Amino acid sequence: MNIIIPIKQVPETSNVKMDKETGTMIRDGVVSVINPLDLYAIEAGIQLKEQFGGKVTVLTMGPQAATKALKEAIAMGCDEGILVSDRKFAGADTWATSYTLSEAIKHIGEYDLVLAGERATDGDTGQVGPGIAAWLDIPLATYVSKIDEVTSNNITVERLVEEGYQILELPLPALLTVVKEISNPRLPTLRGKKKARVSEVPIMSAADLQLDDARIGLKGSPTKVVKIGYPKVTRGGKIVTAVGEEGTNEAVEGLIKFLESKELI
Amino acid sequence: MSYVWTIAEQSKGKLRDVSFELLSRGRKLADTMDTKLCSVLMGSHVSDETLQELIYRGADEVYFIEDPRLENFIVETYSKVLSDLIKQYKPHSVLAAATSSGRTLMPYVAIQVKTGLTADCTELDIEEGTNHLLQTRPAIGGNIMATIKTPDHRPQMATVRPKSSRSLPIDKARVGKIIRLQLKDELVDPRVKVVGFRKDAEEFVNIEEAEVVVSGGKGMKKQDNFVMLRDLAKHFDGVLGASRDAVDRGWLSYPHQVGLSGKTVSPKLYIAAGISGSIQHLAGIKTSEYIVAINQDPDANIFQLADFGIVGNLFEVLPKLNARLESYKKEGK
Repeated sequence: MNIIIPIKQVPETSNVKMDKETGTMIRDGVVSVINPLDLYAIEAGIQLKEQFGGKVTVLTMGPQAATKALKEAIAMGCDEGILVSDRKFAGADTWATSYTLSEAIKHIGEYDLVLAGERATDGDTGQVGPGIAAWLDIPLATYVSKIDEVTSNNITVERLVEEGYQILELPLPALLTVVKEISNPRLPTLRGKKKARVSEVPIMSAADLQLDDARIGLKGSPTKVVKIGYPKVTRGGKIVTAVGEEGTNEAVEGLIKFLESKELI
Repeated sequence: MSYVWTIAEQSKGKLRDVSFELLSRGRKLADTMDTKLCSVLMGSHVSDETLQELIYRGADEVYFIEDPRLENFIVETYSKVLSDLIKQYKPHSVLAAATSSGRTLMPYVAIQVKTGLTADCTELDIEEGTNHLLQTRPAIGGNIMATIKTPDHRPQMATVRPKSSRSLPIDKARVGKIIRLQLKDELVDPRVKVVGFRKDAEEFVNIEEAEVVVSGGKGMKKQDNFVMLRDLAKHFDGVLGASRDAVDRGWLSYPHQVGLSGKTVSPKLYIAAGISGSIQHLAGIKTSEYIVAINQDPDANIFQLADFGIVGNLFEVLPKLNARLESYKKEGK
């Protein structure tokens, strides 16, 4: 089973603190990591390879520095990484990004499955996975929480929707976007890290992929950002301290008054 | 002037609330441009009365594509039907809910009709002079708000976060046209099959569309203690949520998880009990209307986002709060 996993390098946010004065995120010294939600796709892909054989290829679009994310994925157990990189790709929205990645996937050649994280934690759109499926015209299942069965022609998956889990059977090749429930990502092994160090990561440029300039980068993006605002996150609400029996009663009474004033009870 | 479209959603012939929330958004936009608002629904066995409610809640026209093959959401077929309609009628803009189906359908259609799409918007407006749709959305975990437009492609498309707007009340004086359309056979994609449906053992919750979410975190100490939150949620007809910590400990199942690796919620009231408020958790609750936090640690991040916070012992505060809400309900004060 040949699996392709498009991933994204994002700013690491797990240790980020909030600025108490401005109420915004402190972004100084933030390092880049594999999008945390992509780790579930990587783990699911490695497990499928372990079960059925084949190859797992990770793919990312980004600057040269994104090679680090690909090497991390190789250290976890992916077989190879490919960097799709070109100045011309800068400023791509989800439409142009999914076009570029779908062309890279076509260029890689034969595959049975494309696995993607549900969304990236920075852009937070969740549109690139479905977009790639549309460009490739292959069946799509989003929010996949479990793979029930894989046969030579089909894959049966459960997808988390509002009322429960919808069970779908898709012919291969197909694209799945996955949620956290699907797997528990492993840590890179020492052997994996060694392998990652010596791995060559080929680069595909716009010319290599013979891409249409009108469909890539900022120029090829139908959406344009017109304004960025930094909302104040802190609300400066009323904070009371509940100490002892009486203090707790007072605090609860305060909350009841608050709920009442906002017509929440 | 081309129309504003909203994509209605149904489940087993019943309209989902997001359909009406979208209409209140769409109504405002259509009125600003002095054009019509049209609601598009795909499904099977939906009564006239049900369709009429879309008119009563803001639509001028309803396009209903009816066929047993549209009973379940399957993106391959739904996208072909919607793309076909868009090419035929050329709407000004298309709004769908940022639900599991909306967030699957719209990116697929955006590629097919070659236009831009903005995800999970919390504000929509019309730019004066150009009639461009201004689409504002939170990004980077809610730390920035980006306003985006699609200047040169049509239609302009956006998904809209559930619960980020209120539905309009039913207005029976409103009149509109219901147009039933037949499904064209060539648009049916037979590749993907729905083979089943599974629900959680306990009542399945849809935390993204709940009015009130009561969440517990590590501070709840053990699963049994969630009984107190279940009781608290009942007072508000709310649902249970959980931090990642609580889900990873197995206290509640993954569909309850709020935050970056779980669900983003925008309820009227969010109550966080024993949740310190990691950046990832806060990202999932920032657009809640009111946030109440109960936590032992006065320095917990969650208090920065709280509209009302209680620093104290959960196991003393929660029983008293539940008892007080009980007496409030009985006495009305």
